[in-house]
Amino acid sequence: MVEARSLAKTFGSVAAVRSATFAVSRGEIFGLVGPDGAGKTTIMRMLAGVLRPDQGEILVDGVEVLREPERAKRHLSYMPQRFGLYEDLTVGENIFFYGELFGVTKAERLERTSRLLDAAGLVPFQRRLAGQLSGGMKQKLGLICALVHTPAVLLLDEPTTGVDPVSRREFWSILYDLRETGVTILLSTAYMDEAERCSRLALLSAGEIRYCDTPARLKEQMPGALVSIPSGEPRRLRALLSGQPGVLGVLLMGDRVHVRVDDRDRRTPELVRLLAAQGLAGALVEPAEPGIEDVFVALLGEREAA
Amino acid sequence: MYERIAVMLMKEFLQLKRDRWAKFRLVVPLLIQMLVFGYAATFTVHHVATTVLDLDRSQASRALVSHFVASSRFQVVDWAQNQAQVTRDINEGRAVIAIVIHAGFAKDLENGQQAPLQVIVDGTNSNTALIALSYISQIVGLFSQDQAPAMLRTAASAAVPAVSISLEPRPWFNDDLNERWFFIPGVIGTITLLQVVSLTAFAVVREREVGTLEQIMVSPIRPVEFILGKTVPFFLIGLGDVALVSAFGILWFRVPFIGSPLVMFAGTVLFLLAAVSLGLLLSTFSRTQQQAFALNFFFVNPLFILSGFAFPIAAMPAWLQGVTVVNPLRYFLVVIRAVFLKGVGFPALWPDLGAMALLASVMLAASILRFHKSLD
Repeated sequence: MVEARSLAKTFGSVAAVRSATFAVSRGEIFGLVGPDGAGKTTIMRMLAGVLRPDQGEILVDGVEVLREPERAKRHLSYMPQRFGLYEDLTVGENIFFYGELFGVTKAERLERTSRLLDAAGLVPFQRRLAGQLSGGMKQKLGLICALVHTPAVLLLDEPTTGVDPVSRREFWSILYDLRETGVTILLSTAYMDEAERCSRLALLSAGEIRYCDTPARLKEQMPGALVSIPSGEPRRLRALLSGQPGVLGVLLMGDRVHVRVDDRDRRTPELVRLLAAQGLAGALVEPAEPGIEDVFVALLGEREAA
Repeated sequence: MYERIAVMLMKEFLQLKRDRWAKFRLVVPLLIQMLVFGYAATFTVHHVATTVLDLDRSQASRALVSHFVASSRFQVVDWAQNQAQVTRDINEGRAVIAIVIHAGFAKDLENGQQAPLQVIVDGTNSNTALIALSYISQIVGLFSQDQAPAMLRTAASAAVPAVSISLEPRPWFNDDLNERWFFIPGVIGTITLLQVVSLTAFAVVREREVGTLEQIMVSPIRPVEFILGKTVPFFLIGLGDVALVSAFGILWFRVPFIGSPLVMFAGTVLFLLAAVSLGLLLSTFSRTQQQAFALNFFFVNPLFILSGFAFPIAAMPAWLQGVTVVNPLRYFLVVIRAVFLKGVGFPALWPDLGAMALLASVMLAASILRFHKSLD
């Protein structure tokens, strides 16, 4: 459905994207994950046809974006980090405007609008100015505007950044519904729990796709195993454990510390002893399943992932 | 294509309608500026503060002073007793002009000799000083004419053939050299330009800054359609501006409009095309509204100064005159003044109309090219 072949883009002397190749099939929710500046937005904009790559090819729904950007635009929809809503127009007027720009017929527009508004819980706000909506509602309105012309491919650049958890959940339920109808979704995200919901993930670092697989398979690729230690002083614990024999990495997770070790069965008793020697007798060292964040840090290295 | 332009226009006017201050912003500043310019922009000088030191105290000296007093140009604020007082008046700014009549003034006149008159002018404001000086020489000229018969009588023996040339100026198109007639048409062009350039530039930059521009550009709309949708409203607003301000000038300030409305319309259309294109061009150099503001400020003032609105282009140094060639306001001022006061038509004005058409097309083409680039 979406195919990118050796995409590259350089801004001045900075290589924002160096040779990105990936393919997304119909009905997938494909996630681009990576630290700020890894090139997520640049890839999104190139796919959307608003930024010309220096080299590479893009195929969206069978249309070559670089050769026929105007035609490709009818097949896709792009929602930037900050969706361009007209804050001095109402919810209904914004939808009408974007519908007309895409040449959606009136009947189609009315049918889609009422369904989407309903799914987003925005029906009571149709006459409200977009500028007076909450952050979450704005993102949902942006999504509706992006969907009013029934795109086959939806490109979302960090769609839920700065959105409250409830709205985020609603947003995702709309995305799942869309996937059911066969829409292909590409999104970038900085939230690891969202990354976990994607059917496939591309881990980006410094303009390169380092790993690309399903969340489950990525977890399998993580070298070593994980133990989790609850602690009141996670920072102290991290300082203590970093660099110990067999410890591959230490990651703070709120009031826990995730320690990646080369051999869980062998290292667990060692860690317990080490902690006891530091006056932390009775500390729990439990085996843990890696989350995407653990995998991400393990695969890309702490410095790159931060 | 037409549907997309139509929906752009619909959106623009909806936003304008929703902007409660827009109606105020679009009309009131124009009218206020028109009023201010109409009343304040004048080179006439009235009631210049004047100190008189009459050391002659003769009938002739009193007659001369009364000539000054009689004209409303000068107002005697002090009758000085000595030279020191005159100096103080000028230094302290109480008087701008001092007229010093030395002893022996009347006697020199009677003897038919040159009677010197000393005039001291505070040159700080060179403009006022020059104008006042020209009044003084007029008044003194009148005074000498009045005195001439008396002098002839006393010096009858000297039969000098009197050859004199008298200049009788007769200004065309503005018989009284009414400055308001000169300024008002200029004001119409100037404030319309300021309004339209900044409105256009800001409207486009706002879309860029808020992110709606990128959003629109992923829709099938073409840049040209966007540009049309974005500029047509300001073009129409500009037409409204010109109509409104012209009506105000004609009805309130009684500036005659003797030319053809068709010529005026043609000139206005070309001028507005140039103004809108300029605004568009500025917008392609700005990412934020702040940048647009700075750029607008940088460009618009020189446009105004180099237009011939107040300072004659012919008096500028040659290189600066060269710069004025790319200023659409320069041509529009020629057209609008000619239409208002002279009533000349296309045969006389085609070079100026053509220049505006050329400028508009070049700037429009440049701004469309730049706009494409600025999208990346």
